[in-house]
Amino acid sequence: MKCEDVSKDLIAYLDGQANSSDRRRIEEHLAGCPACRSRAEEMRKVSVLLGELPAIEPSFGFDARVRQRVAAEPQRSWFWRLVPPPRPAFAMALLVALTVLVAKLPTHKTPATTTTVASAQQQEEDFNAIKNLGVLENYDALTKFDQMTETAAATPSAQPDGKAQQSDESND
Amino acid sequence: MARTDVELMLDVKAGDDSSFDFLLQKYRSPLINFLHRMVRDTATAEDLAQEVFLRVYRARKQYTPSAKFTTWLFRIATNLALNSVRDNRYAKLAVPLDAPVDEDSAPMELPAPVMRIDEHMIERDRAEFIRRAIASLPEKQRAAVLLHKYEEMDYGEIAKILDCSESALKSLLFRAYESLRVQLAPLVTQPVEQRAGEGRPS
Repeated sequence: MKCEDVSKDLIAYLDGQANSSDRRRIEEHLAGCPACRSRAEEMRKVSVLLGELPAIEPSFGFDARVRQRVAAEPQRSWFWRLVPPPRPAFAMALLVALTVLVAKLPTHKTPATTTTVASAQQQEEDFNAIKNLGVLENYDALTKFDQMTETAAATPSAQPDGKAQQSDESND
Repeated sequence: MARTDVELMLDVKAGDDSSFDFLLQKYRSPLINFLHRMVRDTATAEDLAQEVFLRVYRARKQYTPSAKFTTWLFRIATNLALNSVRDNRYAKLAVPLDAPVDEDSAPMELPAPVMRIDEHMIERDRAEFIRRAIASLPEKQRAAVLLHKYEEMDYGEIAKILDCSESALKSLLFRAYESLRVQLAPLVTQPVEQRAGEGRPS
């Protein structure tokens, strides 16, 4: 057995906590190795020296300070006291149950939904009406709409004549 | 019949604050001494010990007796102490062994009535020398030695507190005691019989 192999169990041996086979193994080594024997003896003395350290006593107000801090701990509300631990698991189970409950609720058409459908139908009808307007197909009317409006506003008295002329042309 | 720590803690969990008080009385001294030897400051050790008890109280509702109560208690204490030391908030831990003794840092220890003042000073210097040797250990080795020597815990319990295997703990302890053997060589090589009898009134 090498010296390094002894080191791992040496403290347990000195404590009397080594098992019988380890104890025998270590004793055999120590009997034949003065260096390890000396080291083991010095470690035993170290243990005795550590035992010489005096203990300190808690200060006078220690208990009172702990009790004060414990008393200052926030108490849980009555609701949380009713919730059984573990609380995260309980909260998760509650969330799942609520989700399932909401998913199983019967679906109704709400007034808002009806309004939305009606509005969409109205928009489609308006679009069809505008789409079929002849004026939209008349490019000139669209591009010259502003000019025509200004001309009409500038010569209000000419309108009857214009109408008559238009009427004549149509008769031709 | 005295209730076990686990029974007391289960009573605390059920809302019995007097059981918490009983645990406080029982473990305040071991905890404060352990923390004092870890951080080498009495006020800090008491602050940390308060924090340990507060955490135990806060966790009472989640407490399940899966391990020994002391394992849980000292695991909290060890983690708090290691965090404190690693935060470098207690720079005095880094004082070298050959630095002059700081008279204010040592806790108050009254001399035994039969001891003369010079004997007390020798004893006090010896104690300070030993404290410094412990303080010079890496923090995990220090915690292992303190739990092993002063709390007299078995290897399984210390391994759980330090979150390592028993095999790793044995190596850790060996390295720690080997360092202490070197640090404390002036005292170790002094014959025990000579120390025990020196200066004492016959």
